[in-house]
Amino acid sequence: MTEIAQIAVTIALILGALFVLVGSYGLVKLDRPMSRLHAPTKAGTLGVGSILMASMINSFVRGDGSLHELLIMAFIFVTAPVSAYFISKVHIHRDRNIDPLPRPPADRVWATKDLPGDRDRAG
Amino acid sequence: MAARLVQRIFPHPLLTLFLTVTWCLLINELRGGTVAFGLILGIAVPMLTAAYWPDKPKLLRPLKLGLYLVIVIWDIIVANVEVALIVLFKSNDKMSPTWVAIPLELRTPEAIAALAGTITLTPGTVSVDLSDEGHALLVHALDAPDPNAVRDQIKHRYERRLKEIFE
Repeated sequence: MTEIAQIAVTIALILGALFVLVGSYGLVKLDRPMSRLHAPTKAGTLGVGSILMASMINSFVRGDGSLHELLIMAFIFVTAPVSAYFISKVHIHRDRNIDPLPRPPADRVWATKDLPGDRDRAG
Repeated sequence: MAARLVQRIFPHPLLTLFLTVTWCLLINELRGGTVAFGLILGIAVPMLTAAYWPDKPKLLRPLKLGLYLVIVIWDIIVANVEVALIVLFKSNDKMSPTWVAIPLELRTPEAIAALAGTITLTPGTVSVDLSDEGHALLVHALDAPDPNAVRDQIKHRYERRLKEIFE
């Protein structure tokens, strides 16, 4: 039983480390600001999730069960989009090396970003 | 009268439950005292913050919310692998990052927030902005040769379900 658990913990740890590594590699490899945002913010979710899973299995096998990891996961899932959102906001406002934004299909303008010509339209 | 009293004490019953469970998880044990203090927090916090959150989000189909969470977690796993493969094996020139504008049918703020969060959590897409009156969502996709497919997938897979749950 403990052996199976140890194998499970090991697999989860390695998988997690792999995803975190790929996330960091993506940050180096991708070339446009908006694309670079994708790799670390998201490959991280599964990486961290996997490592926390390893921690949780380990604690239960040792008879010292802990559910803190669930909380960490929940908080990461709630906060990760917020930081991604802020970083992408900075990108669209600094306007460097960004593809031009499309117009909103409904309504007049994007809430925080004026496109060329928007000032006349919004009037 | 009694109903209004209950309404005053529990402006957000789900939030009360959520805070109590979170407190028990934080303490990491299930004892009478922990639950009691969690309940105190769970009742005090929604009461004190009720003024800032006057409308109660309606959860029409809580069971479907459970199903939705399972689908999202599954998608996070699958899409993480996809993005990892794109990052590792696709050259930058062959990638087609693009903006996708998604017209929204959802009207409840909570539902739109859930949709935006879902889009960001499922790798390959990040939600970036909302249109001025909340009828469209701006999304960036890492590798989408066909932006319309991304839009349709998000609308069909997530928005349709959220609409069933919240509206």
